[in-house]
Amino acid sequence: MSNVTSLEKAGLQKVGRRRELISFRIGPQEFCVDIMSVREIRGWTAATPLPQSPDYVRGVINLRGAVLPIIDLAARLELGDTDATARSVIIVTHIGPRLVGLLVDAVSDILTITEDQVQPTPDIACDTVREFVKGLLAVEGRMISWVALERVLPELEAEAA
Amino acid sequence: MDPLEAIKATFFQECDELLADLESGLLELEGGGGDIETVNAVFRAVHSVKGGAGAFGLEPLVRFAHVFETTLDDMRSGKLATEPAAVKVMLRAADILADHVSAARGQGVVDEAGSLRLVAELKALCGGGAAAPGAADDDDVVMVDSEVEDDGFGDFDFTPVLVEIEAPAATTPTWRIGFKPSRAMYAKANETALLLRELDRIGVCQVTLNADGLPDFDALDPEESYFAWDIEVETDQGEAAIREVFEFVEDDCEISVTGGVADAPVEAPAPSIDLELTTAPPPEAEPEAVDGDVMALLERAKAAAAELQPAPSASAAPRAAAAPAPAAGLHPADSADAKAAAGTTIRVDLERVDRLIDLVGELVINQAMLTQRVGESGLARSSTVSVGLEDLEHLTREIQDSVMAIRAQPVKSVFQRMPRLVREVAAMTEKQVRLTTEGENTEVDKTVIERLSDPLIHMIRNAIDHGLEKPHVRLAAGKPAEGVVKLCALHRSGRIVIEVSDDGAGINRERVKQIALDKGLIAPDATLTDEETDNLIFLPGFSTAATVSDISGRGVGMDVVRRQVQALGGRISITSNPGKGSTFSLSLPLTLAVLDGMVVGVSGHTLVTPLTAIIETLQPKANDVRLLGPNGAVLAVRDAYVPLVDVGAVLGYNKGPTDWTTGVVLLVESEVGGRAALLVDAIQGQRQVVIKSLEANYQRVEGIAAATILGDGRVALILDVDALIDVRRKDARRSATPPAARLPLAS
Repeated sequence: MSNVTSLEKAGLQKVGRRRELISFRIGPQEFCVDIMSVREIRGWTAATPLPQSPDYVRGVINLRGAVLPIIDLAARLELGDTDATARSVIIVTHIGPRLVGLLVDAVSDILTITEDQVQPTPDIACDTVREFVKGLLAVEGRMISWVALERVLPELEAEAA
Repeated sequence: MDPLEAIKATFFQECDELLADLESGLLELEGGGGDIETVNAVFRAVHSVKGGAGAFGLEPLVRFAHVFETTLDDMRSGKLATEPAAVKVMLRAADILADHVSAARGQGVVDEAGSLRLVAELKALCGGGAAAPGAADDDDVVMVDSEVEDDGFGDFDFTPVLVEIEAPAATTPTWRIGFKPSRAMYAKANETALLLRELDRIGVCQVTLNADGLPDFDALDPEESYFAWDIEVETDQGEAAIREVFEFVEDDCEISVTGGVADAPVEAPAPSIDLELTTAPPPEAEPEAVDGDVMALLERAKAAAAELQPAPSASAAPRAAAAPAPAAGLHPADSADAKAAAGTTIRVDLERVDRLIDLVGELVINQAMLTQRVGESGLARSSTVSVGLEDLEHLTREIQDSVMAIRAQPVKSVFQRMPRLVREVAAMTEKQVRLTTEGENTEVDKTVIERLSDPLIHMIRNAIDHGLEKPHVRLAAGKPAEGVVKLCALHRSGRIVIEVSDDGAGINRERVKQIALDKGLIAPDATLTDEETDNLIFLPGFSTAATVSDISGRGVGMDVVRRQVQALGGRISITSNPGKGSTFSLSLPLTLAVLDGMVVGVSGHTLVTPLTAIIETLQPKANDVRLLGPNGAVLAVRDAYVPLVDVGAVLGYNKGPTDWTTGVVLLVESEVGGRAALLVDAIQGQRQVVIKSLEANYQRVEGIAAATILGDGRVALILDVDALIDVRRKDARRSATPPAARLPLAS
């Protein structure tokens, strides 16, 4: 992302910034995140539940020695809990300094878009949509929602002291 | 990095070490210990800082260091006595010097006024003299320090920078003196150093220590005299003057005086060390041959130092004979300390070590997984695979231990920061405080060291601000006006214990209780033991300072210290003796990377309990458990009732009450809540686990200290025993207290 400006200067870009996105499915809906924030994609393994955590936090798994929290994105977007199966997928993403796994049903595509293709989220009354979707994309007749990754983690507790 | 920047970074690293040396040297002098060599070491430290700073054009630093150095030079030459008042000024100067270094590094600013004030004070110490640069600018003075002055070859780690040999002037006769003191000479309280100093007054001396007579360490008689000295002195005062020096000891030593020939070429020059004793004028007739020998000499010195390394206290022995003064008992320990700190070291980027530790951690996990897989595959224990695996396990454990040892560091680096703090806080509170430290070489993991500093600072501030009384109060109570704060580190059963004690008034239990009552921290009818009362000060929202003082009341209290310590997997407690003082004792794990844990099962989940918290495990019988109130229960353990904590319920794993008769109870002790009984389903075993942070990728989870990865590759959570008990207690308090009186809970 950081070299986009230089690309622009080089005249490679004429209409908006080019972005590559990974799209995935949760039930019938399609979502996407920026490919630059994705570190890897891996199959589902049973997570160790964390006590006193929101229900969309499925727990933690061992990612080659690191403890990786798993967010059930469907539950986070209030689309109902994911019924994790061997075919479910964990998208390991960077969110700020953290590494977080997103549990989704399946990964579908890599999209190359320019930013002017992104439509603003329609002003509908649903708070969840307003909170987690930062834009919509129309690709080959499908509607894909761009997920605001920085919102999916639970609000960090203000660490007293 | 720009090469110059890299050199500069190294310079600043060295500055840190030099400043530490400077401070410890000054403290030694302040404590009445130390000798001319200590003064020399202090001088060298400042001189090196100045020299380096000059190379980088750090003007303010150079200017201050120069004045400081000039004063120290006076002390070195004996013009200024090493009396406490002077040393105190120097300690403050050392603080300012440290500020200057920080400022030069771009961190913080120097208190200019304070700096100027100290410059004035330092100059005043010099006898008001305009700083005579001549003496201090000794870049051109031969400075290879010899230990002849002192006891010994104990400190051969001198770092001579410049060795300049003057051309022989060849006018003064040279006398060669062989001097071997006997046991009797020392018994009569004579000292070689004084004699040599005397000799130095009549001419330029070259002194060579002959330690050939020194037996092996085990054959060493601490009161025997083993050393001899060969001295060459250039003087035109004649043999009589030389003899006169030894007049009082001539019956108790072997002495020979020969020579007296001018321009005597020195045949086969014995490796000699130019001794800068007092205000030695630049050597006039240095044999040229020595020049080439300096390197050889250094080699020999190094070899000697290396040889002596295994028996550090050997250096103490001759001193004990030479100076049966009270200080003699103190010194050996010091020099042994210094010795321990020396040795061959390399600087390694911490990141590399951390990477290595991570890798070893994964190796341990992998090895455990492999073992488990092999076990599952049904191979016989005697099969070559199993045997090989066992070897691997040993090897892995050894690698882990060695890697951990790399990170282990003496707590000295933290302790060294405390004297300055003590001085500042003492000045602010107008109290007289002396800090004594013990066990500085106790080693602990670097991560622990780094995070030790904050709690220690708090505890020391607290000890001075709240613990110690003002001088007049102390005098009235029949105590010396100067209070003592003692900082002490030791290893105890796989943990490091750090104690901060003061000889102040102790905890005012009545007041503590009253405050706790006023703030609603305890119930009005609570009956507390003295110990429980003392530990009330760790409660959040408790601060005994009647007015918020600048030192301790900065919005953080002892509860913060307790949190910091608990975050490190440690415990803190206080014992107090009214009128005699209090002791904070801090117990920490030696490393934050691994933990000995008890693996337990709770409602189908695997959890790890730190072994250090567990006192015992037991299987409760149905009638051991008594219900208490609507949803509380206690367990009878040998006539004592201990609150029962259903781990599954507290962590939300199971909703209904657990049948305690089928479970196992871990009797745990927390630093705050006393004992508790943790109810779990089963114990699976005891294991060393690698600690993985939950906060790195997620956030803190109440009741959980961290996570680890088990042999099967799954993540298991490590219980935070104290927090677990606390959670339960908070729940209880929440339901028991009306909302208005509810405490602002910390998290």
